[in-house]
Amino acid sequence: MNPAIEIEDAAVYYGATPALLDVSMTIERERFVTVVGPNGGGKTTLFKLLLGLVRPARGRVRVLGMAPGDARLSIGYVAQTPRFDPLFPVRVYDVARMGLIGVGNPGRFRNRRATRETVLTALDAVGLADFEKRWFNNLSGGQRQRVLIARALVTQPEILLLDEPTSNVDIAAEDMILDVLERLRNSMTILLITHYPRVASRFLDLVYCVNRTVHVHPRTEKLDDDLMRHITGLAMPATFSSGAGGLNRV
Amino acid sequence: MFEFWTAALQQPLARNAVFVALLVSMTCGVVGSYVVVRRITYIAAGVAHCVLGGMGAARYLQMVHGWTFFHPIYGALIAALAAAAVIGWMSLVSREREDSAISAVWSVGMATGVLFIYATPGYAQDLMGYLFGNILLVTRAHLYFVAGLNVLLFLVVARWYDEFQLVCFDEEFARTRNVNVSAFYILLLALTALTVVALSVIVGIVLVIALLTLPAALAGRCAGSLAQMMALATILCALFCLAGLTISYAPDLPAGPTIIVIAGGCYFVSAALDYLWRRLHKTQ
Repeated sequence: MNPAIEIEDAAVYYGATPALLDVSMTIERERFVTVVGPNGGGKTTLFKLLLGLVRPARGRVRVLGMAPGDARLSIGYVAQTPRFDPLFPVRVYDVARMGLIGVGNPGRFRNRRATRETVLTALDAVGLADFEKRWFNNLSGGQRQRVLIARALVTQPEILLLDEPTSNVDIAAEDMILDVLERLRNSMTILLITHYPRVASRFLDLVYCVNRTVHVHPRTEKLDDDLMRHITGLAMPATFSSGAGGLNRV
Repeated sequence: MFEFWTAALQQPLARNAVFVALLVSMTCGVVGSYVVVRRITYIAAGVAHCVLGGMGAARYLQMVHGWTFFHPIYGALIAALAAAAVIGWMSLVSREREDSAISAVWSVGMATGVLFIYATPGYAQDLMGYLFGNILLVTRAHLYFVAGLNVLLFLVVARWYDEFQLVCFDEEFARTRNVNVSAFYILLLALTALTVVALSVIVGIVLVIALLTLPAALAGRCAGSLAQMMALATILCALFCLAGLTISYAPDLPAGPTIIVIAGGCYFVSAALDYLWRRLHKTQ
């Protein structure tokens, strides 16, 4: 079976500016990869490269043994803090169902009952099956993020790409999202971009540092602020302090 | 108060006004909802004002060069579609700021229209008709045009409702689902351009944008889905048009501005009520 992801000596430029250089990596199927790195280091560009949304200026990229654009519908993608119109009239069920839209989707999704079962299964996987009729924009930030994960899961993807899924959510919501990812572990290939040591330290199977190029970090048992600073080469964007109400991000 | 309805039973022009109001409400409900949720109101306004260029040029060619077949509505169609194409191209491909591009299309279109109208001997009075429209002068040909546009809209939306919704809601995710975001954006602009032309005869090009957006914005406050928003916006638009016709007929007021004042009044009252309700809800 082909590896989930194979990249050989790839480079991506925005105009004349290099975003990624000399990237080579192979990720086997059903691995959990935590991706860390400084802002502007190319983490999101790496995801766009895997989705076929940007083309490499050189090098070779294969996703599930195919060209990235051909494998796109086998990838679930949760973007970094997508901005939505706060007045857009759409319910949770319809947002999750959006994951099924796309050229090449199997015709079975035209079947209403099958569609409903598929969407509710995905919502159930993120603990939101009872929220199907709620307005998406009335949900909390953490709940919205879980709906977006359900939308990415609805096609039962072979690869799940999550770009900072815990940014802008509180600690309780973060825990719920991480619990969802814990349950998905070993069922598909997951790449998780995060800036937070607390998040990264839950998933230390494989840690990749992206800063123009990709380095595999040696296996570690603990990823704290100091190690994160060492890996990314930058000051931490967030620390944690213990307050009267529990842990707070400051 | 109800003289208009007595007239509608007897006069074909008043009857046409009712039919076109109902037909155009469907167009407004559907396209207006997309314009509001995709936040392209400014683009629609730019296209609407550019229509004057096409109308003026067509009138000039009719009167000065004897192109009798070239009705101003054809000029309006060409100008609206060209404006939509230029704005779409500039926002997708060019590095120009979108609002600058829209402003350029808007003002150049209007200026061209005014120049053509003043170059057409004896037809400067057409300007007011183009700017503010007159629903009571709608012809049977215009009725067919709006009906045809509704059929086209129904087919397009029935086929691509999900894709349009996704593109309006989350463009980036749409790209990951192999949805051709640029093509849908251009198609939406083209449908908006056709709707603007249909509306311009009723309320004139200055007020098109109000009828396109106010019913949809009102509907968006309580709709649970985009389809519900379209249905509700259609009903509201029809109510505004018929109320405007009813109120304006006896005192001989212009129907277009009356329709817009009613729609705008309802919008502001609803916004105020929404604000008060939220404040009350917050303090409880």
